[in-house]
Amino acid sequence: MKYSRLIFANLFRKKIRLILTIGSFAVALFLFTFLAVVKGAFSRGTELAGADRLVVINRVGLINTMPLAYGDKIRQIKGVMFATHNNWFGGVYQDEKNFFPQFVIDPENQRKVMTEMRVPDDQWKNFVSDRQGAIAGRNLAKRFKWKVGDRIPLQNALYGPTKTWEFNLDGIYTNDKEGGDESQFWLQWDYFYENIPQQIKGQAGWWVLKLDSPDDAVRVGKAIDDGFANSSYETKTETESAFQAGFAKQLGNIQALITTIGSVVFFTLLLVTGNTMAISIRERTGELAVLKAIGFTDRFVLFFVLSESLVIALIGGLLGLGLAILAIPVVGANLNGLLPPLLLSATALGLGVVLAVLVGVASGLLPGLGAMRLRVVDALRRV
Amino acid sequence: MIRVDGRSDSSSLIKVRGINKTYSRGGEKIQVLQGLNLDVDKGDFVAFMGPSGSGKTTLLNLLGGLDVPSAGSITVDGDEITHMSASKLTHWRARHVGFIFQMYNLIPVLTAFQNVELPLLLTKLSKSERRKHVETALSVVGLADRMNHYPRQLSGGQEQRVTIARAIVSDPTFLLCDEPTGDLDRKSADEIMALIDELVGKHNKTILMVTHDALVAARAHTTLHLDKGVLIEAGKSAQPVLAGGAV
Repeated sequence: MKYSRLIFANLFRKKIRLILTIGSFAVALFLFTFLAVVKGAFSRGTELAGADRLVVINRVGLINTMPLAYGDKIRQIKGVMFATHNNWFGGVYQDEKNFFPQFVIDPENQRKVMTEMRVPDDQWKNFVSDRQGAIAGRNLAKRFKWKVGDRIPLQNALYGPTKTWEFNLDGIYTNDKEGGDESQFWLQWDYFYENIPQQIKGQAGWWVLKLDSPDDAVRVGKAIDDGFANSSYETKTETESAFQAGFAKQLGNIQALITTIGSVVFFTLLLVTGNTMAISIRERTGELAVLKAIGFTDRFVLFFVLSESLVIALIGGLLGLGLAILAIPVVGANLNGLLPPLLLSATALGLGVVLAVLVGVASGLLPGLGAMRLRVVDALRRV
Repeated sequence: MIRVDGRSDSSSLIKVRGINKTYSRGGEKIQVLQGLNLDVDKGDFVAFMGPSGSGKTTLLNLLGGLDVPSAGSITVDGDEITHMSASKLTHWRARHVGFIFQMYNLIPVLTAFQNVELPLLLTKLSKSERRKHVETALSVVGLADRMNHYPRQLSGGQEQRVTIARAIVSDPTFLLCDEPTGDLDRKSADEIMALIDELVGKHNKTILMVTHDALVAARAHTTLHLDKGVLIEAGKSAQPVLAGGAV
C-alpha cells in the first residue's frame, strides 16, 4: 500500500515512546489474557461437569462425612443409574508444596460414573486386583515423571499418627473432555478402609451419581435430601456443575475480582494509548495541516491516525499474546495443581486480538477526529 | 496581465471579484479583506506586500482554497471555488495548487524524495511513474543528488528547494508562496528566487507570492500592496481598488 511508508515512518518518529507504548500494550494484553485464562480455569469445572451427574454431600459441609450405607438407599431411588462414593485422602508426596488432589474411590462404580476419565482396561484390571494400587491422571504423572509400575509413597496425618502409605501406580487416566482434569490420584477403597481408625470406618466423603436422564436431576436430588432429612447426617444434593460452582465460590468471588481487574487493565490501556496518540498528533499539527493543504482529505487524515494507533495496538497486542502463549503453560505447570489447568484457548487469543483492535481504534478515534476537524489555516498559523 | 480593477476579459487564469473576509474575535467583527478584485493570467508572477495584518496571507489562503471568503467569488481556470464543498476543495487543491511555505513544512521522518512524492500519492500514477516525476522535480530544483536525505540533513535553502519540488511535482495550475525566503539568509534567498524566476521564465508557471522583502518582490512581474484589506497596485495612486473598479 502506497501510504504504508508514511504511516510507518511516523510510527518510528519517537522510538522510545513507541517501544514504551507497545511494551505497555503487550504487558496489558498479556495480563488481560492471563486473567481470562484463570477465569476460564475457575469456570471450566462448571462447564465440563456432566449434565447427568449429581453430587451428594453432607449438608453441614464437604469435610463432613456420611454413612457408607447411604449408598444402598441412594441406588434404590428411581432414576439413579450408578452411584460411586469418594473420600478425600490428603497425603503429602515428598514435600507439602507438591499438592495434588487424592481421592479414595469405589473401584466397582468409579468408571461407570466418571465415564470421561479413561483408564486402559489392562491397567484398570491391575488396579482393581492390587489393594495398594493407584491411578494417576496424565498431567499428574507427567508432572512427577511417574510411569506405570512406580511405587508412590504418600505421608498422611489425617487418619491417625503420621505414616507413610505406599502405592503402586497401576494405571494412568486421561480425560476425554478438552481441558478436563487430569491431575487426580485415585487409590483403592479397601486399602484405605483397612488402615483407618475404627471410629471413622463406615463413612464416605461424598457420592457422585449418574442418572438415567438429566431431566431426573431435580426429582432425584429432592428424593435423596428428603429421604435423609432429620437424620444425623442430612444431605445436600446438587448437580455436578452447581457443586463445582459452589466449590469455586469457596475461594471468594474470584470471577468478579478477575473481571474487575481485567476491566481496570483495559481502561488504563485505553488511557495510556489514547494519551500517547493525542500527544503524537498534537506534535504533528503542522504536518497534518500541510498534508491537508496539498490535497489529503479529512477522511485520509482520520484513516492515517487510526492506522497508526491500530498498528501500535496490533504489534503490542500480538507481542502480549505471544508472551501469553509462551508463559501460560510455564505458569500453569508451576501452580502445582493449586488451580485447575490453565488453557489458552483460541477463543481467548481471538478475544485478545479483538480487544487490541478495539483499544487501537478507540485510542486513535478522538485524536483522529481532532486531526480530521483541524482547520488548515489555523494549524499553519501555529507552525 | 495583472489587473486589480475587476474589468479584465474572461481569459484570466485567476479571477477574484469583490471578495470580503471578516473574522469574529471576541464578539468583534474584523474585516480583513474589503471588496477585493484581482485578475492574474497564466505565467504571471505577482508579489503581495504590505504590513503585518494587512491581509496578505488571508488572500493567499483564499486563493489556495484553504479558506472561504465571506463574500465575493474566486474563479480559477474556469472553476468557481468559493462555493465548493470542503471535500471538493481538497481535491481541487491537489490538482491546481502548489504551496511553498516560509517554514518549509517538510515531514521530518520522510526523505526529500518521499516528501516530494506526497502529492503524487493522491494520483493514480504507478510507482515507477511517481519516481520519474519526483526525480524530474528534484532535478529542476537542483537536488537530484540529495533525494535520499532527510530534512535535518539539508540546509534551509535546500529544504526550501525540496518544498518547491513538492509544490511543482504534480504540475499544478499555479503556485502560492508565503514568504518563501523569510527564513533564509540573503545568499540562499537569492538562490531560491533564481529558482522561482526559472519556474516562471522557463516553465511558464503562474506564481502568487507574499513577501515582506522589497528585493524579493522586485523580481515579480507586478507587486501589489495590501493595506487594511485593500489592494493597491504598486507605482499607481494610493487610491484603493474596490469591487466594481477604481474608486
